[in-house]
Amino acid sequence: MTPQARFTPGTFTPAPGRGKLSRMFLAQSRMEILLTLRHGEQILLTVIIPVALLVALTLMTVIPMPDPRVGSATARVFALAILSSAFTGQAIALGFDRRYGILKRLASAQPRWLLVTGRVTAALAVVAIQIVILGGTALALGWRPPASGIAWAVLLIILGTLTFGALGVLLGGALRAEIVLALANIVWFVLLLIGGLALGVDSLPSGVAAVVQLLPSAALAEGLHAAVVNGTGPGIGPVLVLLAWGIGAAAVASKTTKLD
Amino acid sequence: MTPQSVTSAVEVSGLVKRYGATVAVDGLDLTLRTGSVLALLGPNGAGKTSTVEVCEGFRTADEGTVRVLGLDPRTQGEQLRPRIGVMPQGGGGYPGVRADELLTLIATCSANPLDPAWLLDVLGLTGAVRTPYKRLSGGQQQRLSLACALVGRPELVFLDEPTAGMDPQARRLVWELINALRRDGVSVLLTTHLIDEAEELADHVVIVDSGRVVAQGSPQELTADEPDDQQLRFRTRHGLDTSLLLAALPEGLRVREPSAGSYLVEGRITPQVVSTVTSWCAQQGVLAEELMVAKRSLEDVFLELTGRELRG
Repeated sequence: MTPQARFTPGTFTPAPGRGKLSRMFLAQSRMEILLTLRHGEQILLTVIIPVALLVALTLMTVIPMPDPRVGSATARVFALAILSSAFTGQAIALGFDRRYGILKRLASAQPRWLLVTGRVTAALAVVAIQIVILGGTALALGWRPPASGIAWAVLLIILGTLTFGALGVLLGGALRAEIVLALANIVWFVLLLIGGLALGVDSLPSGVAAVVQLLPSAALAEGLHAAVVNGTGPGIGPVLVLLAWGIGAAAVASKTTKLD
Repeated sequence: MTPQSVTSAVEVSGLVKRYGATVAVDGLDLTLRTGSVLALLGPNGAGKTSTVEVCEGFRTADEGTVRVLGLDPRTQGEQLRPRIGVMPQGGGGYPGVRADELLTLIATCSANPLDPAWLLDVLGLTGAVRTPYKRLSGGQQQRLSLACALVGRPELVFLDEPTAGMDPQARRLVWELINALRRDGVSVLLTTHLIDEAEELADHVVIVDSGRVVAQGSPQELTADEPDDQQLRFRTRHGLDTSLLLAALPEGLRVREPSAGSYLVEGRITPQVVSTVTSWCAQQGVLAEELMVAKRSLEDVFLELTGRELRG
C-alpha cells in the first residue's frame, strides 16, 4: 500500500464531540471492576485471609469471642474485607495507575468526577462480592443474622467502603507506587492485629482500647457487630468516626492527589 | 466565539511556569495557525513539556495567557476537552488493560470516534491487542497513546515527543500520519528534540532553550541561504595540515576539522573555492570523499543556538 493510500483524504477530518455521559460512566465502571478482579494477587488479602479468619474465630474456642461466636466473627471479617479491598487494594491500584500514566490519559478524555465515580463503583462491586462469599461461609457456619439488622449492615458496609476508599485514594494518590505498596500492606497488617479486627476492642487494655475505638477499622467492626449480632443500629460513635475519617481523607486527598 | 473565527489554534503569550525555585518556562510566546503543524524543538529541560501541559490544562500558568481554540484551558477545560487530542510523554494506560479495551474505553468518551479496530490496525498494533499494557514495548505503548489521542477526531492534537522509543518503520508511519492529519485540517503542536523530525513535518519550527524562544520560522527560513555563510564539507584522512589550504583560499573563508577526518570550509563558496580544495587534496595525495556544498542544516542552527554541551 503506497503511503498516500494508507490514509485516504478525509480520514482524520475533525468531528469532535463528547460522548454520552451515561455510556461513559458505565464503560468506566465496568473497566475498573474488570481490572480490579484481574489483580489476582489481591485475592489473598481480600478473600482468603478473611475466610480463614472467619473460620478460625468461629471454631477455635480458645480465642475469646462474645457470643454468638459466628456473628461476632462475621462482623469483624466484613470489616477486614472492606479494609482489604477498599483501602489496600484501591491504594495500590491507584499508585501503579499513576505510575503507568492512565490518569492523565483518562483526564484528557473524561471529566474528573468520572474518574472518581468509576473507582467508587468498582470498590462497591468488589465489596459486594466479598460480602456474598463471606456471608455464605458464615451462614454455613451457623450464622443467623437478625432481620432488623440487615439494612443497618448494608448502610455500614457502604459507609465503610467509602471511608476506606477515601483513605486508599489519599495514600495511593500522593506517594510513589512502591511506597504505597509497602504502606498499604503495613497498615492492613497493623489494623488487623491491633485495629479491632483479629482482636476485639474489648480484649484490649482500657487505655489502648480508647484509642483503637477511634480507628475506622474498629468503628466499622463495632458498628457491624451491633447490626449483625444485635440487630440494632450502630450508635452515633462508630458512625461519627467513619464519617470523620472519610470526609477528612477526601478533603486532604483532593489537594494532594497527583495525576502522575 | 465560533470555531471559524479563530484563526490560531493555539496562542501563548508571555508564558511563565515555575516549579518552586526552578523557572521551566520563562516568557514564551508561540502561535499555532489552524490547520498547520508546529514543532517545538529544544534540548531536554527546555520547557517544552511544561508549555504543552499548560496548553492541555494539566498545569496552571504562573504568568501569561494561553488560548487553545479560543478557550482558556484552565477555566474552560470541559468545553475544550472533546475538541483536542493529547499524547503525553511516555504514553499512558492501566498496567493490566489490553490495547483494544483501552482504546474502546477512550472511544466511548467521544461522539463520533474513529473505529478503534481500524486505528489499531493502521498503527500496527493488531498483533498486540490482547497484550496487557505493562507488557507492551515502549514503541507499542507510544502508538497506543497516539491512537487514544486521535480516536475522538479532534480539531487539534498535542503530541509530546511522538516518536520517542520507536523504530524507524514506526517513526515513518507516525510521520505519514501527522502529514495526513494536516492534510485533513487538524492542527498539530508537537514537541521534539529530533531535528530531522522538525524539518520533515513542521510548517513552523519554534526553537526553545531554557524556557525561552531562541528562534522561530519555517525550516526554510531558519536555514536560509546567506551567501557568506555556506559550507563545503568533505571527508579524507584526518590530521592534515590545513594552513596551506587556508592560504590558497580567498579572504574571509574559514577551515576547520570538527571531527576526525571530517573537514569544513565556511564562508562564501564559489566554484573557485571548490577547485582550490580539490587541488589541495591532490597535492596532499589524498582523495576527497563525500564532497558537498550545502547551506547550514537545521541541526547546525539548532546546535549553534542551544550549544553543544550535554544537558543533564
